[in-house]
Amino acid sequence: MGKARSAGARRKAPGIPVGARGGRARPNPNPFEVKINRQKFQVLGRKTRHDVGLPGVSRARAIQKRTQTLLKEYKERDKSNVFTDKRFGEYNSNISPEEKMMKRFALEQQRQHEKKSIYNLNEDEELTHYGQSLADIEKHNDIVDSDSDADEPGTLSAELTAAHFGGGGGLLHKKTSQQEGEEGEKPKSRKALIEELIAKSKQEKRERQAQREDALELTEKLDQDWKEIQTLLAHKTPKSENRDKKEKPKPDAYDMMVRELGFEMKAQPSNRMKTEEELAKEEQERLRSLEAERLRRMLGKDDENSRRPSHMSADDLSDGFILGEDDRRLLSYKDGKMNVEEEQSREASDGESEEEEGEDSGEEDPEESDDPDGHSDLESDGESEEGSGTPEKERRHAPGKRLTSDGQKAREAARTELPYTFVAPESFEELKSLLSGKSIEEQLLVVERIQKCNHPSLAVGNKAKLEQRGKCQGRSEQAENHPLTFVPSKATAGPGGGRHGALASQKLFGFLLEYVGDLATNDPPDLRVIDKLVVQLYNLCQMFPESASDSIKFVLRDAMHEMEGMIETKGRAAFPGLDVLIYLKIAGMLFPTSDFWHPVVTPALVCMSQLLTKCPVRCLQDVVKGLFVCCVFLDYVSLSQRFIPELINFLLGILYIATPNKQNQGYTLVHPFRAFGKNSELLLVSDEEDMATWQRKSLSLHWASGLKAQTKTEANHTRLSCLAVCLALVKRCVLMYGVLPSFHDITRPLRALLTEHLADCSHPRELQELCQSILTEMENQKHHCQPLICEKSKPVPLKLFTPRLVKVLEFGRKQGSSKEEQERKRLIHKHKREFKGAVREIRKDNQFLARMQLSEIMERDAERKRKVKQLFNSLATQEGEWKALKRKKFKK
Amino acid sequence: MERDPGPGGARRALGRLLEAVLASRGEANAVFDILAVLQSEDQEEIQEAVRACSRLFGALLERGELFVGQLPPEETVMAGSQGATRKYKMWMRHRYHSCCNCLGELLAHPSFQVKELALGTLMKFVQLEGAHPLEKPKWEGNYLFPRPLFKMVVEGLLSLEEDRSLLLSQFREYLEHDDIRYHTMQAASDVVARVANGHPEVSWLGPVSGGGQWACGVLVLRQRLWQVPLIFCNNAFMLLSAVSLPRQESDISSFYVRRTELLDKWKVTHLKEHRRAFQLMWLGFLKHKLPLSICKKVLVIMHDSILPHLAQPSLMIDFLTRAYDIGGAISLLALNGLFILIHKHNLEYPDFYRKLYGLLDPSVFHVKYRARFFHLADLFLSSSHLPAYLVAAFAKRLSRLALTAPPEALLMVLPFICNLLRRHPACRVLVHRPGGPELDADPYDPGEEDPAKSRALESSLWELQALQRHYHPEVSKAASVINQVLSVPEVSLAPLLELTAFEVFERDLKKGPESVPLEFIPARGLLGRRDDLCAQHFTLS
Repeated sequence: MGKARSAGARRKAPGIPVGARGGRARPNPNPFEVKINRQKFQVLGRKTRHDVGLPGVSRARAIQKRTQTLLKEYKERDKSNVFTDKRFGEYNSNISPEEKMMKRFALEQQRQHEKKSIYNLNEDEELTHYGQSLADIEKHNDIVDSDSDADEPGTLSAELTAAHFGGGGGLLHKKTSQQEGEEGEKPKSRKALIEELIAKSKQEKRERQAQREDALELTEKLDQDWKEIQTLLAHKTPKSENRDKKEKPKPDAYDMMVRELGFEMKAQPSNRMKTEEELAKEEQERLRSLEAERLRRMLGKDDENSRRPSHMSADDLSDGFILGEDDRRLLSYKDGKMNVEEEQSREASDGESEEEEGEDSGEEDPEESDDPDGHSDLESDGESEEGSGTPEKERRHAPGKRLTSDGQKAREAARTELPYTFVAPESFEELKSLLSGKSIEEQLLVVERIQKCNHPSLAVGNKAKLEQRGKCQGRSEQAENHPLTFVPSKATAGPGGGRHGALASQKLFGFLLEYVGDLATNDPPDLRVIDKLVVQLYNLCQMFPESASDSIKFVLRDAMHEMEGMIETKGRAAFPGLDVLIYLKIAGMLFPTSDFWHPVVTPALVCMSQLLTKCPVRCLQDVVKGLFVCCVFLDYVSLSQRFIPELINFLLGILYIATPNKQNQGYTLVHPFRAFGKNSELLLVSDEEDMATWQRKSLSLHWASGLKAQTKTEANHTRLSCLAVCLALVKRCVLMYGVLPSFHDITRPLRALLTEHLADCSHPRELQELCQSILTEMENQKHHCQPLICEKSKPVPLKLFTPRLVKVLEFGRKQGSSKEEQERKRLIHKHKREFKGAVREIRKDNQFLARMQLSEIMERDAERKRKVKQLFNSLATQEGEWKALKRKKFKK
Repeated sequence: MERDPGPGGARRALGRLLEAVLASRGEANAVFDILAVLQSEDQEEIQEAVRACSRLFGALLERGELFVGQLPPEETVMAGSQGATRKYKMWMRHRYHSCCNCLGELLAHPSFQVKELALGTLMKFVQLEGAHPLEKPKWEGNYLFPRPLFKMVVEGLLSLEEDRSLLLSQFREYLEHDDIRYHTMQAASDVVARVANGHPEVSWLGPVSGGGQWACGVLVLRQRLWQVPLIFCNNAFMLLSAVSLPRQESDISSFYVRRTELLDKWKVTHLKEHRRAFQLMWLGFLKHKLPLSICKKVLVIMHDSILPHLAQPSLMIDFLTRAYDIGGAISLLALNGLFILIHKHNLEYPDFYRKLYGLLDPSVFHVKYRARFFHLADLFLSSSHLPAYLVAAFAKRLSRLALTAPPEALLMVLPFICNLLRRHPACRVLVHRPGGPELDADPYDPGEEDPAKSRALESSLWELQALQRHYHPEVSKAASVINQVLSVPEVSLAPLLELTAFEVFERDLKKGPESVPLEFIPARGLLGRRDDLCAQHFTLS
C-alpha cells in the first residue's frame, strides 16, 4: 500500500521516528494528505506500523483500482461476447520478453511450415537471413542494388540526416562557419545548399556504379583466363598422383620408425627414480609416523580419536567413490635395462589383482621363484601400506643371509631336490611331514615356497572374504588329514588356486606356530630352526594379523588353561615347557608390546604374571625358565616403562634362594617362594673352587628344556650365571623404575637382600661389583615425595532457576500453550482478520458500485432533462416561429 | 553246623537256622551258630549273618521275647530259679547284647559294605528298641531311648584309628531325624570328652607373638598342638559339622523312633534343649587342642552353621580369640566369627583394629581366603565413626602392600582403598594435599604396629601413583582414579572379590574384536633384536 511507502518520506515531520521501511520516497508529498497518528507514549521495542498515513492517496488508489476492475466488470455485466487476447504469453510474466518473442517466432514458423498440400514435395522450409529469403539473396547476388548503399551505410548519413531532418539549420551553421574559416565566402542561401548537396550525392552514386561495373568486367575476364589455364593444369595433376602411388608400397624403415614414434603412445611422465637418500628419508618418515602411532596407543588415548568420523571433503559427493591408490608402476631399472618383462608377465597372468599386494605378484610367479635375485620389484612405492612393504623388505634380507651363510653348491642341491610348488598344508600333520627330516635351510625354503605359492594376491578380490572365513577355520580343520600331494607343475600356482591358497597360507601361521611349539618341546629343542622360522612367522603375521592374533591367543589360552587346572587340583602349578616361553617371546616380536591395551599382548602379560606368581621354583631349570620369563617381561615393557610388581617379587625370591637362610627383617617373601623349606637354598653355592673358576656367560636356553648338569661344577656355574642374570635384571629394574614415585618402597626388600649378599663376601668379584653398582644406583635415586594433588575438576555450576522460555510467535494472548495450539490460534486470528478485511473490501465495493450507479442515474436524468429541455426548446421555437408566421400572415 | 560251600549255601543254612529259632524256643541254641558266623572271615558270610541277625532280633523285639528291665549277669540268670520263659527271655537278651557288640565291632571292619550293613542293622535295632523299650518306664510317659546302644554306634563312628568319613556320610541321613540328632549330640560330647581325657593336654598354648610370619607360625603350632589324634578329630568334625539344627521350634516333628504321641515334657521336643546339647558338643570339642586343619575347617563353617545355633554364642569367644591370636590364615578366618560376636552379641574386643592392621602383610594377596578377608575388612572399615588416623593407616598400608600384589588382587584392592577415602573425607589428604611441603622421605612408618603411631595421615599415596604405571591397563585405570576428585558413590567390591587371574586373562582375550596393531620393526630371529634383554642373557645353543 502506498501508506507504507510514503512513510519513509515523512522524515522531516517532527515526532516521527525514522522508519526503516524503505519504500521509494515520493519526492514531494502533499502535506495536507498526510495523516499522523500521534503516539501518546513511547513504548520501547514496539514497532509502530501505522504512525503515518496518506488517507487521500490510498483512497484515490483504491478508487482507481476499482474503476479498472470492478467498474469494468459492472459495465460489461450483461455482455456475453468477450475479447480474448491470444497473443502468446502476453499476460504471462514468467517468460522474459526475448523468450516470448522467440516462442512467438517459432509458433509463426510452425504455422507457416504446416504443409498446405501433402502432394507438394518441393515445398520446403524457407531459409532466411535477416528476414530475407536466402534463395532471393542468392539470385540477386550480383545485381547491384543502386539504392542500397551497403558498402558505406553511414558515410553520408550524418550530413544527410542533418540536412534532411534538422531543417538544414544546423548544416547551414556548420557550413557557414567552415566556409567562413576557409574561404571567407559569403554564405549561400539554403536552397542553393540543398541543391548542391543533391548534386553531390548523385555524382557519388554514379561514380560508384561505374566502379562496380569495372570490377564486374574484370572478374569476367579473370574467369575466362582461369578457364584457359585450367585446361593446362588438368593435364598435369594425374602424373603427380601416379608418382605417389609408386612410392607407397616400399616405405622407408626410417619413415616407418618416425611414423611409429609419432603414433606411439607417449611415455607417461612418471616420478623419477628415487635416490638412496630419498628412500632412506622416506623410510625414516614412515618409521617416525609408525612410532608416533605406537606412542599414541601406549598412552591409551586413542579412544576418543577413533570415535571421530572420518574426514569428509567439502567436495565429497558422498557417492562412495574413493580415489584409488595409484597403481601405476614406477619406472625401475635392473642391470641397466628397463624393467618391462615383469610388467608383461603380470599382464599375461590375467586377472592378477591390482591391489597393492599385486605389486609383488611377479615375484610369486613360479618361474620367478627359482631366481634368487628376482627381487627387482622391491622398490615398490613407499606409500604402500606397511603390511606389504615390510615383508618384502625383510624378504630381501632373508635371501641375502642365506647367500652368505650357505654355500652356493648346497643351495643348488637343495633346489634340485625340492619341488618348486607346494600345496598348502591343510593340517598340522601335513606341515610336519613336509618339514620333518629336512635341514634348516630346506625347511626354510619349503615354508617360503608354500607361502609364495599361496600368496593372497593370487586371490582376486577374495582377501576380505577370506579374512573373515579364515578366522573361524583356523583350528577346526586340523583334524582332517588330506593326502599329501606334491604337484611339481607350475600351473597350480595360477590365479585359479588363489582363493584356496590365501586361505591356506592364513592357516599356515597357526600350523607354523604349532610346529615351533613342537620344535621347542623336542629334546634337545631345535632352537636354530625356530630362530629362522620366526622371520616367516613375522611375515605371515603382517599379512594376516587377525588370524595370527587368534592363533597366538589360542596357544596362550591353552597354556593358561593347563595351569589353571593344575592350580585347582594341586594348589600350585609347575613352570610350563619351553614352548610356552617361546610363544610368549614370539608374541612380543609380532605385536607392539607398548600399547596401553592390545588384544594379544595384554593377555600375554597376564600369562607371564601368572607364571611368576603361581609357579614355585623347585629346581635349577625352573630358575632359568623364570629368569627367561622375567627377561621377556622386561622386554615387553622396555618401551613403555611400565611397573611389574610380580617381577620384583620374583627377583627378590631368586636373590633369596641364593643366600643362606636366615630370619631377616626388612623384606617379606611372597607366594611362590618360602622362607624355609626344601628349595630355599637352591642357588646357594658353597664350593670355593667353583666360584673361583666361574666365568660370566649367557645362559643357554637348553637349560630351560631339561638339560641336566653333568658335573657338580657345571651346576654351580649355572647357578652363578643365574644369579648374575638376576642381578643384571635387578639393575635394569632399578634404572627403569627410578622415576616411579615410591621407588624406594618398591626396592626396599631388594636393597635389604643385596646388602646381605654383599655382607656375605663369598661370591665372585664380578657379582659383588654388580651388587655394589646396583646399591649405588639405588642410593642415587632421589626421593620423590611431592604431596599428591588431584587435578582440578571443573566446578559444578550452581543450580539456577532459569525461566522457561516459550517462543512467542505473535504478541497477544496466544502464548503459553503447546505449539500446535499456538499455530491453531494464530490461524484463527489470521482468518478473522482476513475475514474482516474481506468484508470491508466487499462493503467498499458495494459503496463504490452504488456510487457509480447513482452517478449513472444522475447522468441519465440530467441527459433526459437536457433532452426534454431541448425538446421543449425546439417546440417553443417551433411554436414561436409558427406564431410569428401566423402573425405575419395576419399582418399581411 | 555243616557248611555248604559258597555264599548261597551259607545263606540257606542261616535261613534254616533262623526259621528254626523263630519257630520254636527249643531251637534257641541255633542263635550261637548265627552269632558265630558274624565273626567269620568271609565278607559275604558276615553280611548274610548280619542280615539274619537283623531279621531274628527284629522279630524278637517286635514279639517282645526279650527281657525288659535291669538285666542281671548271665551266670545268675542261669543259676536262678525263675520261670523257663523268663530265663529264655533273659538268655535271649544276653544274646541280643552280644550280637550288638559284634555289630559294633563290625563297624571297624575293613569292608565298607559290611560297615554299612552293620550300621543299618544297628540303627534298625535302635528304632525297634525305641519302639519296644527294654527298660521299664519309671513313670507314665517316660521318654525312653536306647542310649547305651546308640552311644555304642556313635563310638563306633568316631574311630581313633580310621577315617570313617564314608560311613559318616551314610549316617548323615539319620541325622535328619530330630531325636537321633539330639542323642547324637549327647553321645558325641561324651565320646569326645572321654577321648580327650585319654590324651592329656600338655599346656595351654599362648598366642604366637605378632602376625608376621604365617608360615613359621603354622609350623610351630603343628609341633605343639598334637594332642588329640588327627583321625579322631577328623571323624568328630565330620559328625559335628553334619549336625544342623532347625531354625524354628515347630520344625521338630520328625522322629526316627515312632511315637504315638509327643509329650511336652520330653526334652527332645524342645529346640532349646537341642541348642544346649549342640553348644555342649561344640564347646566340648573346641576346648581341646585341635590340629590346624580342623581349626581352619571349623572356622570356615563357624559363622554360618555354628554360631547361629548356639544357646550362648559368646561362649565361643575363648576359641575365637585363641584362633585369632594364632596369626596367619587362622586369624583371618577367626575374624568372621569375632565380627559376628562383636556385631551381634556386644562383645568388647580390645585392640581389634590394631590386630587387623597387623594381619596385613604381603601374603594377604596370595592366600586362599583373600576374598573373605577383604569382604570382612570392608565390613570392619565401613563404619564412618572410625578415626581418620586409623583409616589412613589402613589405606596407606594396603597401598604399600599393593606394590607387591598380582593384577587380580590389585583390581580389587585399589577400589577398596578408594572406597576408604570416599567414606572418610578426612583421609582425602592422602591423595589431595594442596600446598603441602615437599618431603625428603615418606613419613609413614611401615614397621610400626600401632596404626595410631604410623604417621599415615602425614603421608600421601605415592604407591598408587606408581601403580598408574602398572603394565595391566585396567589396573592402571583403577589407580588413575585418584588423579581426579573421587566420585561420591562407592564402587561395589562384590564382583571384584572373587576375581582370579584366569578370569582377568579370559576377559582380556574376549575383549572386543578390535583391529590388531602390528609390530613394525621386522623380526630377525628369536633373539634377533639388538637391545633385547633376552639376547643379552640367553643364547640359543
